[in-house]
Amino acid sequence: MTASLDAYVMLSAALFAIGFFGVLVRRNTLVIYMCLELMLVAATLALVAFSRFNGTEDGDVFVFFILTVAAAEVAVGLAIIVALFRARQTVQVDQLDSLKH
Amino acid sequence: MFHLAFSVLSVFTLAFALGVVLSKNAVNGAMCLLLCLAGVAGLFLLLHAYLLAFVLLLVYAGAVVALFLFIIMLLDMQGGRTWRLKAPSAVAAFIAGALLIVGLNLLAVRGMLGAGPPMGHTVGSSLKLYAYQLFTTYLLPVQVMGFLLLVAMLGVIVLSRRNAGGEDAP
Repeated sequence: MTASLDAYVMLSAALFAIGFFGVLVRRNTLVIYMCLELMLVAATLALVAFSRFNGTEDGDVFVFFILTVAAAEVAVGLAIIVALFRARQTVQVDQLDSLKH
Repeated sequence: MFHLAFSVLSVFTLAFALGVVLSKNAVNGAMCLLLCLAGVAGLFLLLHAYLLAFVLLLVYAGAVVALFLFIIMLLDMQGGRTWRLKAPSAVAAFIAGALLIVGLNLLAVRGMLGAGPPMGHTVGSSLKLYAYQLFTTYLLPVQVMGFLLLVAMLGVIVLSRRNAGGEDAP
């Protein structure tokens, strides 16, 4: 006996919404990046739940690839943030507006 | 009993996800992210995805959060306001979150998620089946992922060279 699929999908949607809210509302690039990771993990949770409740394995294998891509993405993104900090001495998004005008 | 475990784990996960968004200090945010990922790994265990729970803890909670903490310590990020509460972005965040949750709720109420009992044993619970899938059906994606990791590694090396921007060439 386990919780229903609805519960898992709603939980993953709530996690995704929280992450999305953080991305839109925070100013620090690193915190925005952490919220992006939160959104990725929420999608992962939905995939695993669907995979378990449908008896297929594709979702589980896909999560494997998502984890790999996320690791590569974090490495490249943090390198970009460090390079940005070296060039501009800030990681606040409202001060990184050279492309705005 | 599993319902209790699910409730406890989901409250734990959501609370620390809110902690990531709301904490003023980036280090506290990274710690909240770590605990949130631990909660998600527990949910994976409830879904019988043992290998994925292990990999999530290893890759995310281990490597990624450690990398985040390392960068937070490397960069001095004091000063500046925490929030970017412009009306459009805050309203957009609320509306998007509400739309997502209301839409999924409608689907669930109509029973369109096909919520039945979980089906037998999935591949997530068996290491052998998992490896079989990875090396037969998904062989090409595995190769592509390996290539992607190589490209990412090269990219990070190039990006983090001291004179990458040319501003302080030796």
